[in-house]
Amino acid sequence: MKKQLDENPIFPEQYELFEKKLAGGPITRRSFFKRMGAGIASYIVVSDLLAGPFAESFSEGEDEDTIAAWIHVNEAGKITCYTGKVEVGQNIRTSLAQVVAEELFVQVEDIHFIMGDTLLTPYDRGTFGSLTTPQMAPKLRKAAASVRELLIATAAKEWNIGSTSLQMEQGIVFHPTNGEKLSYAQLANGKKLAQRVNKEVHVVPVEEWKIAGTSVPKVNGKSYITGRHVYVSDLVLPDMQYGKVLRPPYLNAKLKTLDTSEAEKVKGVKVVQEGDFVGVTAPDSTTAKMALAMISAEWERKQQPSRKQLFSHLKENANNQPDKKPNVEEAFAKGAKKVTSSFHVDYIAHSPLEPRAGVAEWNKGELNVWTGTQRPFGVQEELEREFGIAKEKIRVRMPDTGSGYGGKHTGEAGVEAAKLARAIGKPVKVNWTREEEFMWAYCRPAGLIEVRGAVDNNGKLVAWEMFNYNSGGAGLESPYDVPAKHQQFISSDTPLRQGSYRALASTANVFAIESVMNDLALEQGKDPMKFRMEHLSDERLKRVLKETASKFGWEEEKRPNRGFGLACGFVKGGYVATCAEVHVDPDTKELKVLRLVTGFECGAIINPRHLKSQVLGCVLQGLGGALFEAIDFDNGQILNPAFSSYRVPRFKDIPETEVLLVNRPDLPPAGAGEAPIIGVAPAIRNAIQDVTGERINSLPLVPSGKIMT
Amino acid sequence: MKINVNGKSHTIKVSANPTLLEVLREQLELTGTKYGCGEAACGACKVMLDGTPVPACITPAVSAQGKEITTIEGLEKDGKLHPVQEAFLEEDVFQCAYCASGMIVSAVALLERNANPSRDQIIEAMNGNICRCCTYPQIMEAIDKAKSRKA
Ligand code: FES
Ligand code: FES
Repeated sequence: MKKQLDENPIFPEQYELFEKKLAGGPITRRSFFKRMGAGIASYIVVSDLLAGPFAESFSEGEDEDTIAAWIHVNEAGKITCYTGKVEVGQNIRTSLAQVVAEELFVQVEDIHFIMGDTLLTPYDRGTFGSLTTPQMAPKLRKAAASVRELLIATAAKEWNIGSTSLQMEQGIVFHPTNGEKLSYAQLANGKKLAQRVNKEVHVVPVEEWKIAGTSVPKVNGKSYITGRHVYVSDLVLPDMQYGKVLRPPYLNAKLKTLDTSEAEKVKGVKVVQEGDFVGVTAPDSTTAKMALAMISAEWERKQQPSRKQLFSHLKENANNQPDKKPNVEEAFAKGAKKVTSSFHVDYIAHSPLEPRAGVAEWNKGELNVWTGTQRPFGVQEELEREFGIAKEKIRVRMPDTGSGYGGKHTGEAGVEAAKLARAIGKPVKVNWTREEEFMWAYCRPAGLIEVRGAVDNNGKLVAWEMFNYNSGGAGLESPYDVPAKHQQFISSDTPLRQGSYRALASTANVFAIESVMNDLALEQGKDPMKFRMEHLSDERLKRVLKETASKFGWEEEKRPNRGFGLACGFVKGGYVATCAEVHVDPDTKELKVLRLVTGFECGAIINPRHLKSQVLGCVLQGLGGALFEAIDFDNGQILNPAFSSYRVPRFKDIPETEVLLVNRPDLPPAGAGEAPIIGVAPAIRNAIQDVTGERINSLPLVPSGKIMT
Repeated sequence: MKINVNGKSHTIKVSANPTLLEVLREQLELTGTKYGCGEAACGACKVMLDGTPVPACITPAVSAQGKEITTIEGLEKDGKLHPVQEAFLEEDVFQCAYCASGMIVSAVALLERNANPSRDQIIEAMNGNICRCCTYPQIMEAIDKAKSRKA
């Protein structure tokens, strides 16, 4: 575990990816040409897509030879894009289609996407890290433009003229003079033409976009609002049985005794046992549930840390010691005003509204699995390990799924369904309950963060030191200028299973940074906005902060019992600032978040409406972790594994919101599903301080809804 | 036993005492109604019983006998979307849309009870429905749109 963490120093908190080693199942160029069939295509290889440190660690084999996506026009003129990316509600099926439609001079409806199917689509290491928009969209744009070039060249050859004067519109190429035309179908007919994306290809300039850059509605939108879209949890196969898995009441428990005799007596029920794995199947889920309840089992409970000891546990079990840097020590000692704080960040759950679901079917030694996962190819590997069969015999499909937020990078339900299906010789569906999702999925890591900062007599930041235990390294680097600084992520022993969450550890780290920056400003009686601006040199961040503050009305007079707070930062190419206005009742101390203004600069905008929705969704989901979400646990037992006891944001919690999108057509688009979450907690924390003077240094800030003193 | 769903009568099996949600999804193949919590805390499974929104996950199927059950699939009439669906579609509300059925059914039930609810009344009526993607502001806009059309 530790070694792998070091190999990927960027986001160590993507713990779930290191639970088992990843390996690629690449579609090589050779196999691609075999499977492509007739038509005209352009493809992208992995090295086109990835620059930087990720590529090698996640895919086997030669990048140059591994296909990452392709666009194909078949003999009927149908345009299909193949990508291993998946749709979990970020509406990339729509935004990617916009980009492709724009370059091919057709409508969004003319573009078909095959996504996240290990048989049909090229290997993809997963849909996460806000990488789809910045990496896949620009490359698909070029691939589509390359297909356009091929179509034009084909037409030019047909007519025996130069290609520069040819025009295209709605899937047709026009002859410049004689009125002849050729449809894409005619052009693709009888051809077998595939070329690697032309990096120098001319793309439609952003200023001329007609489809990209507009608010095209969600593809297949109607199937969702009529209940017709089939999520994995809805899927039914012929003769399919419903499966349930026996779970211990505690984490890390071992099975001691088991009696399944009563359950076995129920008509239609089959009990499956393989070591500690015990499950039942039945023709309907009511019976499966009942049979499961009839199993009696005893478990060996392991002594393990509770939430009460969480933060001391993380520190005591740290895998490294904090490095003290002499220059930081010295600078800190000389500081005129100092702040030393430690921050506690609880575990929280993704709790996607669709719990994990998997359907599996075995057919002559081959395995078909449908599951809601952000990493279908990762699940294929899990299945390969579990059953010891070749990857070629495993097909994983991922129909558009009920969201993930970084929480569905694994394939538990699919693996369980496959185990049960193999044992009983029939297809099986396993839909997790909400309680299973809370107990057996992974959480956002908890963290202990220790920060020291000092300013000199002139209000200049001179020393900065920050240690993050366990929650992760993303966002650890402070954006502020300071001559002596040191920051360090220190891994530790986690009592709960943990992994990726929207924006990874940036939420925790930015919370700490922006709280201390605020406190340092106040120590000097300085405006927190001004203090930040004085120490920022990144022009993009400065601009977002300034515009957001002015939209919010930072300088304006506050009404009684109200406070203003702000925070800013950047993650993965997305620059964000958040301003919050809160009200604290002077008698009851009840907190109300009144207003959140979020500024987000994200490069070229492909779909303004969906982008705004992502930003807002991110901000409002962040409200939960900021204010009240926390997993409570005691010696291996999760105490609040239900929506009635684990509070998530609801209609009543939603403040007035404003989103300011700073469009930068000159920059590549950035993913919006993560960055906007980071400013929420610190902005609210700083607003609470503004009105009450309380410095709350833990997340969630106000689990009871009241400011405790 | 017989139940009446979306204007049609169906014979169902109730020997294991299934919930209405299990019957709709597994026996009648009406999978538009979703499971989200099983404890009446999220609204994903909302259906209307004689016009009142109820969580199907805690409603025993037997208790729905003799009542008119309306699910998301029953809102479309003769290939035409219900005006509330229309408004949700136009406002392009959802991200993953797993909450969509419960949201729309709850909104329809609300507007049938009260054609012109105030903002607070909408929030009160919808608070039992969770959207984990937090598309709450867009849902509010869609309900506002549907309501102003009705008015
Ligand atoms: S599933 Fe019925 S309210 Fe959540
Ligand atoms: S859109 Fe995903 S739960 Fe509502």
